[in-house]
Amino acid sequence: MPDSVMLITGARKGIGRVLAETYTERGWRVIGCSRQTSDFSHANYRHFVLDISDQDAVRKMMTSIRKDESRLDALINNAGIASMNAAMLTPIDTMRRIIETNVLGTFLLCQEATRLMQKNRWGRIVNFTSVAVPFQLQGEAAYASSKAAVESLTRILARELADFGITVNAIGPTPIQTDLLRGIPPEKIKQLLGRQSIHRMCEPRDIINAIDFFLRPESDFITGQVIYLGGVS
Amino acid sequence: MNQENVLAAVLEAVTEFNEQLDADHKLELDTETRLLGRSSKLDSFGLVNLIILVEEKLNDKFDRSITLADERAMSQEHSPFRSVQSLSDYAYTLLSEN
Repeated sequence: MPDSVMLITGARKGIGRVLAETYTERGWRVIGCSRQTSDFSHANYRHFVLDISDQDAVRKMMTSIRKDESRLDALINNAGIASMNAAMLTPIDTMRRIIETNVLGTFLLCQEATRLMQKNRWGRIVNFTSVAVPFQLQGEAAYASSKAAVESLTRILARELADFGITVNAIGPTPIQTDLLRGIPPEKIKQLLGRQSIHRMCEPRDIINAIDFFLRPESDFITGQVIYLGGVS
Repeated sequence: MNQENVLAAVLEAVTEFNEQLDADHKLELDTETRLLGRSSKLDSFGLVNLIILVEEKLNDKFDRSITLADERAMSQEHSPFRSVQSLSDYAYTLLSEN
């Protein structure tokens, strides 16, 4: 989809960075955002520094996109934070931060992106959940419950935004080598991989493939779906 | 910014909104045009659409970003979205505070 406009949250590093590199190379005009500055530079790329749970900052970015690009075709709600800890040992501020970024941030971006997408009666929103939801992982109460909320949000928004020509779907990656996995013992990762149908680590190409599927014009009848990778169900 | 030019911006948004509609569903360009209730031509989808257009128009005209569908709007006994005039009045109130 050359010349189409995509917004990727959490684009400074990890999966978000790979997605920004991939889609700019494919001719998309990509806008990325993160809480810190990015060193990624490309003719098709522009970066905003903001917290996705800050409504004023998000609205300013969207106004800038509207004025400069006049459109938004795809939103990839990749930004997310995690914290692994027993529920009884999870500080309430940690829970609040996770909900604010993963749920409130995703909600806010969906809301603001819809304002732009509805003009063309076309849009693709891809949210990020996690296999931590179906696995009901002990020690991930905060993270998994925030991602369960993202799944509900995805399914409900799919219904509410269908008349705008906007599809809303979600991808649930299995463990992938990013900062979110930092601090998780290798033995625990091995156990998780053992619960998948396909027992390997997720790679960026797996996520890109699922996003490509949701972005395709032919996928206009696919909405409200959650795809877990690695054969997790 | 005054009430008159806020109303003019709202009416411009209604004009743009009408461009998307067939003749039967177009809104009359009048301050008393109903936006809610049985006598309104708008369904909930149309109202959302119109509110988005009005917010954009106000942002373009006055360089201020407001959210019309805020908690105050939702909790009022008489919805500010009932007519073009009430929508414009509410937008003016928010812009004045912003």
